[in-house]
Amino acid sequence: MTIDRNLVEYLEKLGRIRLTEEEKVAAEKDLQDILTYIDTLNELDTDGIEPASHSFPVANVMRDDIVTNKADTENILKNAPDSKDGCFVVPKTVE
Amino acid sequence: MKNICEMTALEISTAIKNKEITVEEAVNAFFDVIDKYDTKLHCYNTVCKDEALKRAKEVQQGIDSGKYTGRLAGVPIGVKDNICTKDILTTCSSKILENFIPTYNATVINRLNDEGMVVIGKLNMDEFAMGSTTETSATGVTHNPWDIEKVPGGSSGGAAVAVAAKLSPVTLGSDTGGSIRQPCSFCGVTGLKPTYGAVSRYGLVAYASSLDQIGPIGKDVDDCAALFSVIQGKDEKDGTSMVYDKFDFDKAVSGEIKGKKIGIPEDYLGEGINEDVKASILAAADKFRELGAEVEMFKMPIAKYAIPTYYIIACAEACSNLSRYDGIKYGYSSKNSENLLDRYVMSRSEGFGMEVKRRIMLGNFVLSSGYYDAYYNKALKAKKLIQNAFFDAFEKFDMILGPVAPTTALKMGESLSDPLKMYLGDIYTVMINIAGLPSFSAPCGFDADGMPIGMQLIGKPFCEAEIMSAAKAFQNATDYHTKLPTLD
Amino acid sequence: MEWEIVMGLEVHTELATKTKIFCGCSTEFGGEPNTHVCEICSGMPGTLPLLNKRVVEFAIRTGVATNCTITQNNKFDRKNYFYPDLPKAYQISQLYLPICRNGYIEVNTKDGEKKKIGIHEIHMEEDAGKLIHDEFEDCTLVDYNRCGVPLLEIVSEPDFRSAEEVIDYLSKLRAILQYTGVSDCKMQEGSLRADVNLSVRPKGQAEFGTRTEMKNLNSFHAIERAIAYEAQRQIELIEDGEKVVQETRRWDDNKGYSYAMRSKEDAQDYKYFPEPDLPPIEISDEQIEEIKSTMPELPEEKRERYLNELGLPEYDTGIITGDIALVKFFESTLEKCDSPKDVANWIMGEVMKLLNDSATLTENNPLKPEALAAVINMVKSNKINRGTGKKVLEKVFTDGVDPEKYVEENNLAQVTDLSALRPIIEQVIAENEKSVSEYKAGKTQAMGYIMGQAMRALKGKAPAQEVQKILKEILG
Repeated sequence: MTIDRNLVEYLEKLGRIRLTEEEKVAAEKDLQDILTYIDTLNELDTDGIEPASHSFPVANVMRDDIVTNKADTENILKNAPDSKDGCFVVPKTVE
Repeated sequence: MKNICEMTALEISTAIKNKEITVEEAVNAFFDVIDKYDTKLHCYNTVCKDEALKRAKEVQQGIDSGKYTGRLAGVPIGVKDNICTKDILTTCSSKILENFIPTYNATVINRLNDEGMVVIGKLNMDEFAMGSTTETSATGVTHNPWDIEKVPGGSSGGAAVAVAAKLSPVTLGSDTGGSIRQPCSFCGVTGLKPTYGAVSRYGLVAYASSLDQIGPIGKDVDDCAALFSVIQGKDEKDGTSMVYDKFDFDKAVSGEIKGKKIGIPEDYLGEGINEDVKASILAAADKFRELGAEVEMFKMPIAKYAIPTYYIIACAEACSNLSRYDGIKYGYSSKNSENLLDRYVMSRSEGFGMEVKRRIMLGNFVLSSGYYDAYYNKALKAKKLIQNAFFDAFEKFDMILGPVAPTTALKMGESLSDPLKMYLGDIYTVMINIAGLPSFSAPCGFDADGMPIGMQLIGKPFCEAEIMSAAKAFQNATDYHTKLPTLD
Repeated sequence: MEWEIVMGLEVHTELATKTKIFCGCSTEFGGEPNTHVCEICSGMPGTLPLLNKRVVEFAIRTGVATNCTITQNNKFDRKNYFYPDLPKAYQISQLYLPICRNGYIEVNTKDGEKKKIGIHEIHMEEDAGKLIHDEFEDCTLVDYNRCGVPLLEIVSEPDFRSAEEVIDYLSKLRAILQYTGVSDCKMQEGSLRADVNLSVRPKGQAEFGTRTEMKNLNSFHAIERAIAYEAQRQIELIEDGEKVVQETRRWDDNKGYSYAMRSKEDAQDYKYFPEPDLPPIEISDEQIEEIKSTMPELPEEKRERYLNELGLPEYDTGIITGDIALVKFFESTLEKCDSPKDVANWIMGEVMKLLNDSATLTENNPLKPEALAAVINMVKSNKINRGTGKKVLEKVFTDGVDPEKYVEENNLAQVTDLSALRPIIEQVIAENEKSVSEYKAGKTQAMGYIMGQAMRALKGKAPAQEVQKILKEILG
């Protein structure tokens, strides 16, 4: 896998981050090194192997449909950088 | 009587029960040494004196009235800064959470409180637990007390150093790919990465959800066993926590080892390992034989694929877990934003450090359309093969012995400039997280420069007591764990 | 050229659970902003989801009712995207192993034929929060009350060929969801939402055309109009030699047109992967059987029973079974008044008229089934006549009076002692000599007038048949 500038910029976009020019140069190199190493995984024969998503065979961990929470708007907004009328505030989402 | 800070956690608790010292005295003793040494070491991001002293009084009353009777009642404890503490800053050593004060406790914190323990502060770590040196912390690096020019390991660097430097009798760390075991190894202390699901993750700020576990760090097996018995067990709030036979403390500290079969993967002693580390592990193997165990080498060729598999899975989950930090609900919010997209991008770009950004990018890559099957899904298949390899090994062995890291603590800055090099240092630890197994890290020697070396004992799922018992036998027969650095 | 419209539907329905899908917050509609919110559904660091049992049960019920195969090993995935209504920046949903697959619902085509509309899959997921534009400060406010409310997304195959089929499918699906108690399906509260994927192609062509997706369709009427508009727009584009662009369009029902939505980001790459925080769900054969055996009667079964066992007309059956509120009202009334046809008649006539005249939704019907039953029973036993019955029902509807007491207190009961009628009728005849003589002279219409006078004198409390009989006896 070859990492180029376009891919780095696409990944910035996907992750909602922006790198400086210097960081982009470094990221290109570092990601290339890491992915080249990661690509050694291709040597491993995984034909017919079921992907494992959970470590142990546990299933059906569920809760009953019972209301346990009370209104706690103050705590919910406690760490908010900006709030108004019991709501979080964000820059406008519509044009 | 011993100086309070020299005592183990169990000794402190006993002294309190015997009314030789008060909880407040115990807590203050640690605040004194923190005041004295932590400017040099930087273990703590936050020291919560007011809360702890208030709590110490409550706990003392609770002990006097018989409310708190546990093994660790009254013991002060430092907690890694990615474990949520109600009304106390929880920053993950990241600028993006620099001002985050949770309104809830992690389940493990509630359990510490129920035991009558006193949280004294929040410990430094690699940012969001991403790193193996504690150098990626936004609050500055933690120094290794054995040599302050060297890294303490990571990501639970603060938690390991606090124990080694006696700035907390025991601590809680978290281990996603070695983050408890490796700093324990670098700092000469003892720690447990529990079986996945043995300890609730509720309130542990997620790095890689399928790999993260909280675990204890202490001076010896007994302290780790005592702290583990406080925090382990099914939690209704964590669907991935599991019910199993209650952890047997007495068995864990029994030191039984006779007749146990221990395997050493040849692949763990191959290319890249420091000769001193290798020699210490082989010496430990001899010691175990001497103590009555059978020790045998075996092959585990899948080991070479552990790092690629780990970084794919961990980064994929991390990029998703870290998307919630957006400057809207909590944490750092960039003022340099006019519109919504900028609010996201600037808050995240200014709030996250480079290592976190790198892993976010890597995670986005392996999940993005067109690469999912080749990378992420491939890694899940490799995970299956790694699980199978351990399953096969445990058909033959009761536990597996190996080094924690290929080297001892490195000089600061050495791996920061070369991320791949840092990742490769995780070669012996990440596989255990992928397989979800318990692994116990304990000191087993020193290198030529006098830096500590650690071994790990890997057990079957939920067999923490068994590996701890083996480590206890080793600690009964050796004195590596009793050697701690001098600070003055 | 003759064109064919091809459509598929994505229906989202909010489930009638008490709590959210992954936390113990209430799902109650309305409420002050961020009052039904906790650390879990607002995506605070370190918190973990825990699945609500009822959601799985409701999903299985829906799957069974729509002839789906239940995926016995299913699990959740994360759908990742940034938007302020999604606090974790991922929606927990199901991509790889949805809980139900390969079902169908039978609909009626334009030509009155039966046709199966395939259901590709049904999956469980969480709803997002609400964004409120603040005109005053030109910013957006975020309320997470709806965030984490459980949803089922029901994805059809592209089997629809007309708006009629779409509407019939939605009516039937709504009835199924309501009958099974899975959702109240209030479109005005957003608990049933449909997105329409639409393309056109020349009739006879096998390949599909380029499709668009239409959102913000808040009523059946809006759906019909939006389909007509979009089909016409696409046909005109193609006939003018242009191309249909694959895009998401938003329907504006006030203005009667749709417009392309500015996409949330340039390329949507949702980076789905299995949700590590939730263990998989395993559904046993026994559990499916248990749910099947406790399923309430489904719309089609009820329809058959109303037609065949209760003997209701096709039209009445259709109206009543199409609306769970009417079904409940009808069946509860039947418990107190064992005459299905009379009950259906009263509901279709008087009750519907009262509801329509007062613009009341069937689910807000103030009439109690016992009250309607009492009125019908009084009419049937000739205690009051039908006209009085209607007036009493109206009074019950508007003022909530007790029908029997009301009849009693206002002395509305019919005269049951027939011997008491004769003197009054004789009096009427004596007072209307002119009409009587006209009648006797052969002008039969005069009888109507005399009859009216007699009923008036009797204050409408006598059975008309009896009055007429006595009149004829006297007049010969």
